[in-house]
Amino acid sequence: MEILTYAFMQRALIAALIVGITAPAIGIYLVQRRQALMGDGIGHVALTGVGLGFLLNTSPVWVATAVAVAGSVVMELIRWYGKTRGDLALAMLFYGGMAGGVMLMNLSDAGSNANLGTYLFGSITTVSPQDMTTIYVLAALVLAITIGLRRQLFAVCQDEEFARVTGLPVRLLNLLVAVTAAVTVTVAMRVVGLLLVSALMVIPVAAAQQISRSFAVTFAVAVAIGVVVTLTGTATSYYVDVPSGATIVLFAIALFVAFTALAAPLAKKRAKAAAGPGDGCTLEVPGGRTPADDVSVAG
Amino acid sequence: MNQPVIDLRAATAALGARPVLRGVDLTVHGGEVVALLGANGSGKSTAVRSVIGQVPLTGGTLSLFGTEFRRFRDWARIGYVPQRTTAAGGVPATVREVVTSGRLARTKLGILRKADRAAVHHALELVGMADRAKDSVNALSGGQHQRVLIARALAGEPELLIMDEPMAGVDLASQEVLAAALREQVARGTTVLLVLHELGPLEPLIDRAVVLRDGCVVHDGPPPEAVGQHALPGHDHVHPHADAAAEPLRTGLLS
Repeated sequence: MEILTYAFMQRALIAALIVGITAPAIGIYLVQRRQALMGDGIGHVALTGVGLGFLLNTSPVWVATAVAVAGSVVMELIRWYGKTRGDLALAMLFYGGMAGGVMLMNLSDAGSNANLGTYLFGSITTVSPQDMTTIYVLAALVLAITIGLRRQLFAVCQDEEFARVTGLPVRLLNLLVAVTAAVTVTVAMRVVGLLLVSALMVIPVAAAQQISRSFAVTFAVAVAIGVVVTLTGTATSYYVDVPSGATIVLFAIALFVAFTALAAPLAKKRAKAAAGPGDGCTLEVPGGRTPADDVSVAG
Repeated sequence: MNQPVIDLRAATAALGARPVLRGVDLTVHGGEVVALLGANGSGKSTAVRSVIGQVPLTGGTLSLFGTEFRRFRDWARIGYVPQRTTAAGGVPATVREVVTSGRLARTKLGILRKADRAAVHHALELVGMADRAKDSVNALSGGQHQRVLIARALAGEPELLIMDEPMAGVDLASQEVLAAALREQVARGTTVLLVLHELGPLEPLIDRAVVLRDGCVVHDGPPPEAVGQHALPGHDHVHPHADAAAEPLRTGLLS
C-alpha cells in the first residue's frame, strides 16, 4: 500500500472518508423532504464565497462556509415566505452565486482559471494540513446534528405540518438542516468540487433506498456507500491519474445502477413473503349485498 | 361545565385575499366528539387548521385547554391527523418509524424509553397495524396509510384528537377499524374534533355536529339524520363535487 506512505494521500483519503460519511448523512434529510437539488444550489452560492476569499486574501474555505451558510438561510427564508415565485427566486440566487464567484475570482490576483477548476471539480490531493483541521471541526458538527437530532429531523422532513403540531421548533430545525447542508458542501468542496458535491448527498441515498424499507437502514447503507465510493474513487484517481471528483461520482452512479438491478428480485421476494399462502383471488358469489354492507356500527 | 378544550370565537381567516372563515364560533368541551361538516370550500378544513395554529386568524380569539393560543405550549396534549393521502416521504420509512415520530412531543430530546415504545406499539395495535410495523409505508394501501397517520397521532397519548378528513379515500374495512380505534379513545375520555365529509361508520360516536357553509356556522347541534340514498347502509359516496357552488348543501347529510 504505497499509496498510504505519502502524507498528501493520507490527508486525501481521510478527507474523502469524512466526506463519504457526512454528505449522505445530511443528504438523506434533503431527499426526504424532496429537496434533492438543494445541495447543488448551495454549491453554486458557495462559489461566491471562494471568489471573495481569494479577493480578500483569506482562507477560501472559511469564507465559502460563511457565504454558503448565509445563502442557505436565504433559501430557507424564500421557502417560508416566497409562495408561488419561490423557485424563480432560488434560480436567481443560484446563478447569481455562480456568476459572482467567477467574477470575484477574476478580479483577484491569486485566483486564476486553474484555481477555479479545483474548486468547481475538486482537487483532493491539494488538501493542506490546515484544511484538515477545518474539515475535522466542520464534520464533527455535521455528524452531531445529523445523528444526534435524527428523530426530530426525521419528523420535520417527513411531515412538516405534523411536526409543528407536535410542538417541535420546526423553523429552527429546518434552518439547522439548511446550515448543515451548507457546511457539508464546503467540507466536500475540496474532494468532489462544488458542482459535484450534491451528487454525493443524493446518489448514495437513492442507491440505498432501492434495497431498504426503513429510514435507519437507508441512512446506514447510504453512509456505507458514500465511504466506499469516496475511498475507492480517491485511490483510483491516484493510480490511474483521473480526476477524483468525477471518479467518485461515476462510482456512485454505478453502485446505484447495481443496487437497482439487485432490488427488482428482492422486491418480488418480499411481496411474495408478504402475501403469504392462500392469498390469491377468489370469485365472490354474486348477491344483492356484499359482505361489507352487513357491517353495522352499533356501539 | 368545566373549561372548554377548544374555544374559538368570532374567528375570521383568509387564504390569500379570499376570506374563508367569516366569524366562526366553535366550542368543544372535554370528552366531547364534535364533527365539522360542510361542502368542499365551506371552510371546515381551514377551521381545524386555525385551531392548531396552521392558519393564522385575522380576527377573533382562540384558546386551547383554557390557555390563550399565543401562550399555548402544551402540544403533547394534542394529537393531529392532517389531511393526507400518504404517510410516505422522499425516503423509505417503516410504519413504526413514522408512528414513533408522533411520540416526540412526549420524549425528552428524542430519546425513546420503554414507555415510549409501549405507547407506539399500543397505537399500532389500536389501528390494527402492529403486524405491519416493520413494513415500509410505501407498500401500504390508501386505507392503511390513513391508519398509520392516526396511529402516529395516538402514539402521543393525546387528550385532544384533531383529525382532518380521516376517512377520505379509506375503504370500508379500514373505516370500521378506525371507528373501533376511535371508539376506544372516546371511551377513555379523549376529546375529538374531526372534519368529515360524511358521518359514515363514525355516526354513533358523534355527540355534536357543526356544519359550515361559506365560512359561517349554519348548524350546531345533534348530528343531522342522513336521508334518502345517503341513509342506505354501505352507501358509497361517489357523486362528484366539482361544482360546490351549484350544490351548496350536498354535504351528504342535509341533502
